[in-house]
Amino acid sequence: MSDSFSITRRALLGGAVVLGLGRNGARAQGFAGLGTDALGFAPVVPGKVFSFPADHGPHPDYRIEWWYLTANLRSSTGAAFGVQWTLFRQAARPGTQGEGWANQQLWMGHAAVTRADTHRTSEKFARGGVGQAGVEAKPFQAWIDAWQMRGLDGLRDDAIAPLELAAEAADFSYTLRLDADGPLVLQGDAGYSRKSEREQASYYYSQPFFRAAGRIAIDGKPVEVTGLAWMDREWSSQPLASDQTGWDWLSLHFNSGEKLMLYRMRQTDGNNYASANWILPDGKGRQIASADITMTPKGFTEIGERKIPTTWDIVIAPLALRISCVPLNPKSWMGTSFAYWEGPISFGGSHTGVGYLELTGY
Amino acid sequence: MSRILWILAVLLSHWRRHPMQLATLLIGLISATALWSGVQALNAQARDSYDRAAATFGGARTAVLVARNGGTFPQKLFAELRRAGWPVSPVLEGRVQIDGRSFRLLGIEPITIPVEVGNAPAIGRAGLQAFLTPPGETLVAPDALTDLNLPEGATPPTSDGTSLPPLRAQAQLVPGVLVVDIGMAQRLLNRPDQISRLLIGKTTGKRAPLEGVAGDQLRLVQPDAESDLERLTDSFHLNLTAFGLLSFVVGLFIVNSAIGLAFEQRLPMLRTLRACGVSARMLNAVLVVELVSLALVAGLVGLVCGYLIAAALLPDVAASLRGLYGAQIPGQLTLKPEWWLAGIVISIAGALAAATTSLAKAIRLPILAAAQPYAWQQAQHRWLILQSALALAVLAAAGLILWYGESLVSGFAVLAALLLGAALILPAILERVLSFGQRQADGALAGWFWADSRQQLSGLSLALMALLLALAVNVGVGTMVETFSRTFVTWLDGRLAADVYVNASDAAQATEIKAWLRERPEVAAVLPGGRAEVQIAGAPIEILGMADHATYRDHWPLLESTANAWKRLRPGDAGLISEQLARRLKLGIGDSVEVTAAGGNWALEIVGIYADYGNPKGQIAVNIAAFTRRFPDVPLTRMGLRVWPAAVPALISALQEKFGLDGRNLMDQVTLKAESTRIFNKTFAVTAALNAFTLGVAGIALLTSLLTLSNSRLPQLAPLWAIGITRKRLAAIELLKTLSVALITTLLALPLGLLVAWCLIAVVNVKAFGWRLPFHVFPLQLLQLLGVAMAASLLAALLPVIKLARMQPARLIKIFADER
Repeated sequence: MSDSFSITRRALLGGAVVLGLGRNGARAQGFAGLGTDALGFAPVVPGKVFSFPADHGPHPDYRIEWWYLTANLRSSTGAAFGVQWTLFRQAARPGTQGEGWANQQLWMGHAAVTRADTHRTSEKFARGGVGQAGVEAKPFQAWIDAWQMRGLDGLRDDAIAPLELAAEAADFSYTLRLDADGPLVLQGDAGYSRKSEREQASYYYSQPFFRAAGRIAIDGKPVEVTGLAWMDREWSSQPLASDQTGWDWLSLHFNSGEKLMLYRMRQTDGNNYASANWILPDGKGRQIASADITMTPKGFTEIGERKIPTTWDIVIAPLALRISCVPLNPKSWMGTSFAYWEGPISFGGSHTGVGYLELTGY
Repeated sequence: MSRILWILAVLLSHWRRHPMQLATLLIGLISATALWSGVQALNAQARDSYDRAAATFGGARTAVLVARNGGTFPQKLFAELRRAGWPVSPVLEGRVQIDGRSFRLLGIEPITIPVEVGNAPAIGRAGLQAFLTPPGETLVAPDALTDLNLPEGATPPTSDGTSLPPLRAQAQLVPGVLVVDIGMAQRLLNRPDQISRLLIGKTTGKRAPLEGVAGDQLRLVQPDAESDLERLTDSFHLNLTAFGLLSFVVGLFIVNSAIGLAFEQRLPMLRTLRACGVSARMLNAVLVVELVSLALVAGLVGLVCGYLIAAALLPDVAASLRGLYGAQIPGQLTLKPEWWLAGIVISIAGALAAATTSLAKAIRLPILAAAQPYAWQQAQHRWLILQSALALAVLAAAGLILWYGESLVSGFAVLAALLLGAALILPAILERVLSFGQRQADGALAGWFWADSRQQLSGLSLALMALLLALAVNVGVGTMVETFSRTFVTWLDGRLAADVYVNASDAAQATEIKAWLRERPEVAAVLPGGRAEVQIAGAPIEILGMADHATYRDHWPLLESTANAWKRLRPGDAGLISEQLARRLKLGIGDSVEVTAAGGNWALEIVGIYADYGNPKGQIAVNIAAFTRRFPDVPLTRMGLRVWPAAVPALISALQEKFGLDGRNLMDQVTLKAESTRIFNKTFAVTAALNAFTLGVAGIALLTSLLTLSNSRLPQLAPLWAIGITRKRLAAIELLKTLSVALITTLLALPLGLLVAWCLIAVVNVKAFGWRLPFHVFPLQLLQLLGVAMAASLLAALLPVIKLARMQPARLIKIFADER
């Protein structure tokens, strides 16, 4: 992948860059615009008190934001599936929100279904201000065209559940119901998530305790599925440092009931910045220091001219964790206007379970 | 392999000794390819523009949702439909004026615009930011920028004072269109949260039923196979293509005669080659290779010439189409690879077709046979009978198509069959005329003159056929254009009877102007007019409200009417109908037509049919009072003024000054007529240019045929010279012969041309445009063409005749030593 399209985790700015709306310095900054000056946008500072359901809704004063859901699913015959549903928001410029078509918000949706033998993707774009795409906190609904994630009757704001999730593209579709077995989890320092040794940070919370059930159709053939899902909510104005080139990120569901959120930001000087949060079944978290995390790419997949590390060994000594992660489909390439690798994985070793891996900037 | 090369070298050596022949062959191929591909390039360019126009308007080529009531509708339907799975993109359309020029303003939404449509304005991804971010951009065709004399980045004010976003040239756009972001369009047109239509993308997927989302507010319009513009301009392109094909055929006649001659002259060479052991198959293969290589070279040159022709004619074509239909074509030629390929292919195919007879002869070439002119003539006789039978069959077919045909294509088929039949029967008719001459002749030389002309006929017949076709088409098109011109001027006099025409910007200004005019003594009458658009049988129809005034009663170009038609209009239950509409709806005097008006359906009895040339829309004229009752919302902004002629200029400048009216909405009759006539004259400019080209090619065909003949005819002339007729006299006889044959052909071409004109006027025109012109014959024009044809024949015959007059006696003597 060329530098001009190197992206941050969650591919957010990809859409913006593809639309030609990212900052012009994107290439020079190496981070598709995320590393540029955030002048005019609201800054991310420590000490924010989260308030739900308000924070489930959009934060238009911040430059970027996403509603990100991944699910590891199985059919009754035991076949494994992955599902991704993402809505990105980006403000083209800071300042008062424009009315109607003058609104500066741009929305991008990504949807994907993964099976061991196929990976289907689709994308959508929309401008804010006219109702084609958006997010409302109460009653909760996030949508772009006919794709949506909406709160069902009896939605609990502190768990953002139950939800209904739906997307349809030319060659696949899915509908899932999501119920939560645990509370929302604030990542980083009470939701303040640092992305480098310097000031770069985002507001970040997750719902890692979803149970999912529903139906996936590939080429018109429906399959009933059940499994686990994970939602990330993140917004920021400048989450990356200018010398960071990409991101390797994992969300893991352990068979023992714990969850692990883990990422490393790759830096041009080789001093990668890593971070992890070990989440207990009751939602309590344990932050792992960068120095205690070792992530080693083990196997590579060639996709086009790119060489993508799709198999990983992960060691976290304080947790006595030593696992090997393998992808369900090593060709889980998101060939959207703005491309990255994202797909379901399973892992074994000292612990076992399933999860999602995202690789950007390759 | 080397053997093939040697044979090729031997064959090619012929051209080195006869460079003139090579030139003829190449000129034939080049002019055929050039005219054909030039016309194709013009057509392609025009069609491309319609596609683009259709895509830009997003109407015809894309399925759309429009308001059931025809107006704009709330934008929230866009979001609701998107959420229901409909891949729709909003468009708001309106008109703005810059500097007195009217533009179609299109507000688009570049992010959702369907790919197949979105490529039309082609907003590159890099350009999207500038397009969307304030102040945004106004995309405009480079031509329009030049016309407005504005640089890129200028922000001209519209007529209501709002500034447009900075202009940016976009080559793919059609002139006359401005493209801005939809939000900007809503502001410029003062239509907040309103859209004109929703384009539907081709993406498949589950869509909720339309009624469930939008109730009965929206109507789905399926895409047309072709756009309105295409329908309207199809006949024009058919016309052009027919011309192109004709020119190509005429060009091939030249090729045929050049190849025929070369073959004739190379007979001894071919015989020698065969005697040396070259198989007939190999000889033929090499002949084909030679021909294809020549065709390739000529085809390439022809394509370049075709491009030049197209480039030279394009402004005229653009003007023609603008004048005829209001279609806008960018004045720049772009060509696709298919065009080049097709040109080469047609050049090679044409050359091979023209050489078929010669190649067939080469295959069956008897190695030791000598020439047998008389036997050859007998074969010619049989062929003449066959050809005449074929000609009669084709002519019969023309009659049948004329009788039973309904479509425009059938109109052209009649035309084609007529021309083909006439061309085929020409040699037989000439043969008849010449043998009649032969019977009337007294004296040996006169007898020989006629007999030799007959013998010469088969060699000349192709060239004469080309001449016949070119002349006939010239007469036909010339007559049609002249007819149109006359009719048009008379018709304009009738339609533009008032002295000054005013179009106020709104009802308030109209009232103000009327009040002001009432105070002016030089204004004899103010005739209000109104115009509304309705649909009848799915096509747009104009309803014209006309004042009940002597101005119209005396001048309106009624083709037929009831006795008291104008009086019948007064109660408001009768109307006059335009010829096109009458033909399309198959209505006549006394029939009734139903119009959907704001105040309910309106039944009108037809009391008159009038000429409305050049208007693609049907029209119904009614009394203005009745019009106002039925269309109370349509502002009466148009008015015709009867003014004391000498006071017109002063009144116009007073109106201009007082009400800020410009050339678009204030026009005196004289200017309007001049303007209309100018547009009309441009309309057939291309036809005239192509006519000249065709005639030129026919002239070349004649020249090359005569050159060809002049060499092969030496054996016939040498004995005459030997019995004492001087070379000068021989040359004079030759010239006389050529001219008389050409004269007979031209005389035959004139009635044929009139027939062609009748076909164009009474068959093709009615089917293409829906109106019929009165048929006129213009003797002076015919005489002029006769002169041109004879001059062309004289020029063509001159070179071979001079050659004969100056021929070395030794060459004539040598004839007797030759094998022939």
